[in-house]
Amino acid sequence: MKKTYKCKLILKTELCPGIFDYVVEAPEMAKEAQIGQFLHINCGGRTTLRRPISICDAGEGFVRFAFQVKGEGTAELAKREPGELIDIMGPLGHGFELTPGEKAVVIGGGIGVFPLLRLARETDCAVFLGFRTKELICMEDDFNEANKNVTICTDDGSYGYNGFAVAAMGEYLMDNKVDMIYCCGPTPMLKTVKQIAEFRRIPCQLSLEQRMGCGIGACLTCVCETKDTGMAKYKQVCLAGPVFKAEEVVF
Amino acid sequence: MANLKVNYCGVEFKNPIVTASGTFGFGYEYNEYAPLDEYGGIASKGLTRRPRGGNKPPRIAETPSGILNSVGLQNPGVEVFAEYIMPGLSEQFDTNVIANMSGNTIEEYVEMAEILSETDAAIIEMNISCPNVKHGGMAFGTDAAVVEKLTAEVKKHSQKPLVVKLSPNVTSITEIARAAEAGGADGLSLINTLFGMRIDINTRRPILANNTGGLSGPAVRPVAIRMVNEVYRAVKLPIIGMGGAVSGADVIEFMLAGARLVALGTGLFAKPDLIFDVKRDILAYMERFKIDDINSIVGAVELNQA
Repeated sequence: MKKTYKCKLILKTELCPGIFDYVVEAPEMAKEAQIGQFLHINCGGRTTLRRPISICDAGEGFVRFAFQVKGEGTAELAKREPGELIDIMGPLGHGFELTPGEKAVVIGGGIGVFPLLRLARETDCAVFLGFRTKELICMEDDFNEANKNVTICTDDGSYGYNGFAVAAMGEYLMDNKVDMIYCCGPTPMLKTVKQIAEFRRIPCQLSLEQRMGCGIGACLTCVCETKDTGMAKYKQVCLAGPVFKAEEVVF
Repeated sequence: MANLKVNYCGVEFKNPIVTASGTFGFGYEYNEYAPLDEYGGIASKGLTRRPRGGNKPPRIAETPSGILNSVGLQNPGVEVFAEYIMPGLSEQFDTNVIANMSGNTIEEYVEMAEILSETDAAIIEMNISCPNVKHGGMAFGTDAAVVEKLTAEVKKHSQKPLVVKLSPNVTSITEIARAAEAGGADGLSLINTLFGMRIDINTRRPILANNTGGLSGPAVRPVAIRMVNEVYRAVKLPIIGMGGAVSGADVIEFMLAGARLVALGTGLFAKPDLIFDVKRDILAYMERFKIDDINSIVGAVELNQA
């Protein structure tokens, strides 16, 4: 039987203004957590729904996730202090599918970089992380520790590669052959990465975000549009996703 | 041991707790968190004559103490349910299945009733109140004459108890309830969601892709309690009460208002194993007030005299 957990917050860090990095004690979830899966978190306060937040990392007895304060739920979650308990369901959803021996590109943007940390560590890949500006760069050290080939990009050129991460990835793909692209980021990035992957005929997996209800596949609210028709046109992000094959998704 | 058994339209329910259609899929997902056998019954996802893809996302928005949804009846169609889903449910679980159906035309409702009559579903719940579909749905549920005619026609073709699910989006819900009773309904369920809208002030666009949706959750509960009580006093039909019940106390409140069965819905999203707490709290209430039989509290609210 699955259940919800009350997890103790053991480490809280504000990565940059309004973006928090939480490590919680969660031995059962840590064992199960696959790369790209998410947690469904009861933020407390006046919220009715849980909030889906991707797993960033998991290890011996702990699970780590990071989130940006965007609304009432995440603002409430940001008030938790170390030692307090957080009501968490998970790990949920269908994560990234890794193939042993593959050469990959991992690309993320903004708060979409968090679910990519384990991919950066556990696959043979080049990593491209895009941020709007220098002040918003998150987890640079974690990624550098996880992988020797990380390129940080800023839209305004204030740090690292001057321009979008997709442009840096495009240059890399001119000279390097890869077997898979893994991506998580804002919709314009997902769309562009999907186009590049299709143009270059590289298999690609995208991690999507959607407003969600139950988180387990019952309420059919958190769907994304796919190329299928009929009942299967809209697939549940919580169950079929959050990671989808890029060719399935319609933007 | 206190009696939680309830007879509803001639069907025995082991307890008065059921689930609200559309919040519970076909039960399998929630069975992983609390066995379906814990419930008196479960309602299927709203079925239509043909498979439906539903509305564009976003389909959900949080509201104060509630949610708005505009799923738009995404479902595999009544035939897939009858052939594949219902047999699995009755084989694996010891709980009553309330098959919920929604049509575009009287003919569709009739055909679905005929198909569902051949299944192991315990009850057919006729949804005439979905706010999220363009044709049929709520349009059927807001006109008393149409409700009576539709109910009478479907009743003729239904071999199962027929429960009509009422919309709160009407001037007088008792008028619609009486029309369903006159048409020969065996029971009523209420309330469906309240028609609502939310706007993102930054983008000046509605949060739901469908612009509007149905409001559910604790926000609607006082409206639901009032309507259940009005309908309880207006007709003789047994009622399935629903609308924001998230605790044992809420279930008791619905039963005092006049509901014989009470559905959990939106509350399950945050707490998928809610049923355990609800049952424990109901039993504690019965013990506290020395209630031997849960049926004795149905409609037992004592209204103040003017």
